Amino acid sequence: MCPIYGEIVSKKRKLQEEERENIKRRNKRQRMVIATTITDSSEELHSTFASRYARTSLPKFMMPEQPISKDAAYQIINDELMLDGNPRLNLASFVTTWMEPECDKLIMSSLNKNYVDMDEYPVTTELQNRCVNMIAHLFHAPVRVDETAIGVGTVGSSEAIMLAGLAFKRKWQARRKSQGKPCDNPNIVTGANVQVCWEKFARYFEVELKEVKLKKGYYIMDPVKAVDMVDENTICIAAILGSTLTGEFEDVTLLDELLMKKNKETGWETPIHVDAASGGFIAPFVYPELEWDFRLPLVKSINVSGHKYGLVYPGVGWVVWRSKDDLPEDLVFHINYLGSDQPTFTLNFSKGSSQIIAQYYQFIRLGFEGYKNIMETCLANARVLKDGLEKMGRFEIISKDVGVPLVAFSLRNSSKHTVFEISESLRRYGWIVPAYTMPPDAEEVAVLRAVIREDFSRSLAERLASDIEKVLKQIETLPPRISARAALLTGSVNDFPEDKTVAMGDFEKSVKESQGEVTKESRNVGRKKVSGVCIMPSGN
Amino acid sequence: MVLSKTASESDVSVHSTFASRYVRHSLPRSKMGENSIPKDAAYQIINDELMLDGNPRLNLASFVTTWMEPECNKLMMDSINKNYVDMDEYPVTTDLQNRCVNIIANLFNAPLEEGEAGVGVGTVGSSEAIMLAGLAFKRKWQNKRRAEGKPFDKPNIVTGANVQVCWEKFANYFEVELKEVKLREGYYVMDPVKAVELVDENTICVAAILGSTLNGEFEDVKLLNDLLLEKNKITGWDTSIHVDAASGGFIAPFLYPELEWDFRLPLVKSINVSGHKYGLVYAGIGWIIWRNKEDLPEELIFHINYLGADQPTFTLNFSKGSSQIIAQYYQLIRLGYEGYKNIMENCHENAMVLKEGLESTGRFNIVSKDNGVPLVAFSLKDNLRYNEFEISDMLKRFGWIVPAYTMPPDAQHITVLRVVIRQDFSRTLAERLVIDINKVIKQLDALPMKSLLIKVELSGEEKPKRTPLEIQKDITDTWKKFVMAKKPKLVC
Repeated sequence: MCPIYGEIVSKKRKLQEEERENIKRRNKRQRMVIATTITDSSEELHSTFASRYARTSLPKFMMPEQPISKDAAYQIINDELMLDGNPRLNLASFVTTWMEPECDKLIMSSLNKNYVDMDEYPVTTELQNRCVNMIAHLFHAPVRVDETAIGVGTVGSSEAIMLAGLAFKRKWQARRKSQGKPCDNPNIVTGANVQVCWEKFARYFEVELKEVKLKKGYYIMDPVKAVDMVDENTICIAAILGSTLTGEFEDVTLLDELLMKKNKETGWETPIHVDAASGGFIAPFVYPELEWDFRLPLVKSINVSGHKYGLVYPGVGWVVWRSKDDLPEDLVFHINYLGSDQPTFTLNFSKGSSQIIAQYYQFIRLGFEGYKNIMETCLANARVLKDGLEKMGRFEIISKDVGVPLVAFSLRNSSKHTVFEISESLRRYGWIVPAYTMPPDAEEVAVLRAVIREDFSRSLAERLASDIEKVLKQIETLPPRISARAALLTGSVNDFPEDKTVAMGDFEKSVKESQGEVTKESRNVGRKKVSGVCIMPSGN
Repeated sequence: MVLSKTASESDVSVHSTFASRYVRHSLPRSKMGENSIPKDAAYQIINDELMLDGNPRLNLASFVTTWMEPECNKLMMDSINKNYVDMDEYPVTTDLQNRCVNIIANLFNAPLEEGEAGVGVGTVGSSEAIMLAGLAFKRKWQNKRRAEGKPFDKPNIVTGANVQVCWEKFANYFEVELKEVKLREGYYVMDPVKAVELVDENTICVAAILGSTLNGEFEDVKLLNDLLLEKNKITGWDTSIHVDAASGGFIAPFLYPELEWDFRLPLVKSINVSGHKYGLVYAGIGWIIWRNKEDLPEELIFHINYLGADQPTFTLNFSKGSSQIIAQYYQLIRLGYEGYKNIMENCHENAMVLKEGLESTGRFNIVSKDNGVPLVAFSLKDNLRYNEFEISDMLKRFGWIVPAYTMPPDAQHITVLRVVIRQDFSRTLAERLVIDINKVIKQLDALPMKSLLIKVELSGEEKPKRTPLEIQKDITDTWKKFVMAKKPKLVC
């Protein structure tokens, strides 16, 4: 053993032991005295806040030596969590924050059921398979009614996308190998507006990510440019149905046509994956005529987040393949399920089954009609908010009417105030409305984005519009200096420490200059897509 | 006409759930229904169908926690709509996660200064944790080889054949060759000597298991470390060790604090542990801890902005619930060192009760060791008349889920039954199980040999005179086909 390290460890262990000894000694001492009996019993007699737990600070680095009572543990954690934002007022996220109490009950009673024990919980497995079938049919997969569709439940769209990407990579490798061509330089083509998990997939599975750049006023992948980028090493093109930035649907029909043509010319077989994380449960109900799914021959797999417009709490996503041939057999692990063979393809293993059951609940409870009504309501409420914002005359609406129900808007004139200030001020009213800059090549645009979920009713939409109006009036009255400083502060919050110090030091700069700085900083954030994603954790 | 329709619509709210039309129609299975149905009906139908699932509390196949205190259930339900990944919106939840990482890193004796934050992350389970750890090793090895100007396209990883299926998955999905140290009868863990022999310049790491899924035994990480140190010195490589402590990570520090298996050993660079096993939280939480920052290549980390500070993240999943993180923190502070110790001691003691009960029947060989994860693995001394699978089947009728499975290659003629002792498996239940196993044996003893003969015929070519050993092998083989690839399943 390395001597220095051994020393550190032995010293640390000694310290730990001493500490433990001390506590033991202390406890023993207390136990001997009668007074302790009273203190001990007092823990049960007195209220939680009269106990010593409310007085001592919680361990942050070491496990405490002694247990504490369960009410105290509950109360302490519960109270600290009060300082988290209210999920229902979090307009940053697509992820479901409300479900019917009946479904809550189902979720609670299956919290202790391990999804992976398929032999022990056959009904849960069956429900998962039914969900896969329903989604496959919803997306027009070419399967007969009595046939089982190919797909799997995941923790979210991230896992779904990695599985889909892995299948494309393996298929491409197999094809190249059979042609006797090299297979060590795979790439994938996407728009620059993709969620961070595509970058993750590319980096972790060693695939080059070729991004189609955006431009101002056009914030989705241009199918023509995308097809241009395709080469013989392209494992697939990933199109997004419901861009996280503006909610817009990409034109998958056009992409399919162009790619078909290119495939015919070149002899390649480049396929399409549709990332329908947010749009997959919108389009089939609101725009049934739109062709984006398995109706297009090159679309080989689709992922969708059950926990977005699938209306289930976080922790469920789905990936569905067109047919068996699109999922290479060597990726599938077979497990024994009730004597029959249950193929599985996942990155995770043990996990709860609540979300699967909840997804099935929503499907049978709501049916096509219920989902349609909910999505239409969301879009209607998005329009209410949009109209309210337009009436103020200060904002430019960037999101489109057709797409995922969200409203993305930027300030017409941000020389005095920025969207970051508005976002910050809205927090005081309880709203979480993120502000972020667009990805590279459109990064001078900063927008606010409000996602309209099922539980965001019309009265809340009206309330938000009036609160935004109030905020606008308030920051108007602020003297420019403070306003500039506030801008700097909000700007720097999004950035790295070095930049912060630079920005903080320059309070005397003119408003104009500071403004430039803020934009520059936010631009850095935008370039560092990752943090951009956090500001709008839209993500999965 | 109109009237009757109104009446039938009203029946939805007036009549009881079981009087409504929804219990008469079959449920949509492959297509979404056209119309909505009332929420109570939907609840009742799903709830009732789920009655046919096994009872998780009686599922002795799984290490995964099936019981928590009601207070913690409440905390979990309150935060079920909180997305763990929204760190900016839910800073307290993120902070609780970081505290859990620190506490676990210290529990595993990571070389941290006072107040220094541990390097680690909460995952959905040990599978994700292992993939992340493996990926870090692979990337580190690639970088090193690239820097040396050597080829880096043939990485391999050395493990015992007793590893959980997720190591196979990692190897398959991330294109790393899996080199398995074979087992042999009577020795069901990785042999450190053989493992170190398998190591070559392309080995990204050796994965040791603290608490083998098959029999709960701890592998000798200390010996592995010493041997590997020696080999590294001779060859100049710096192959390191990952410890898969999925089931043993919350056992060893409390029951065997003197056992050196963790960051006290210099070559151990990362450890994963399942929060949902002996971490005592419901399914959906695991942890991966690295020794220090250098062991996690920077390029794998995605940085996100968290309250103005930089929050590095390294995960395969993105959105997920935060209930399990909060529940883990609840358990750590509620139970403390003493609480965990008491629970693990109880589990161990109940395992001994069960073991002694089984031994007293005189029918079983105990395959598991006393030291290790609290489980009892046992096989029949004489499985001529009936075998372990039949016992498992019969026990299901009493409500117990006790899996039977065959050992991995090179020890595959051995079949065992395995009972995992969790905190909620009390002494009363242990005694009850022994009684029920006795009943099952009696029932099976009373059965004629018929069932056995059929199975022998099923197994194929019937030779006239065969030794008992051959027959036994045949039966095992037949059953092996039944439980083919059972491996992924039993591990859970």
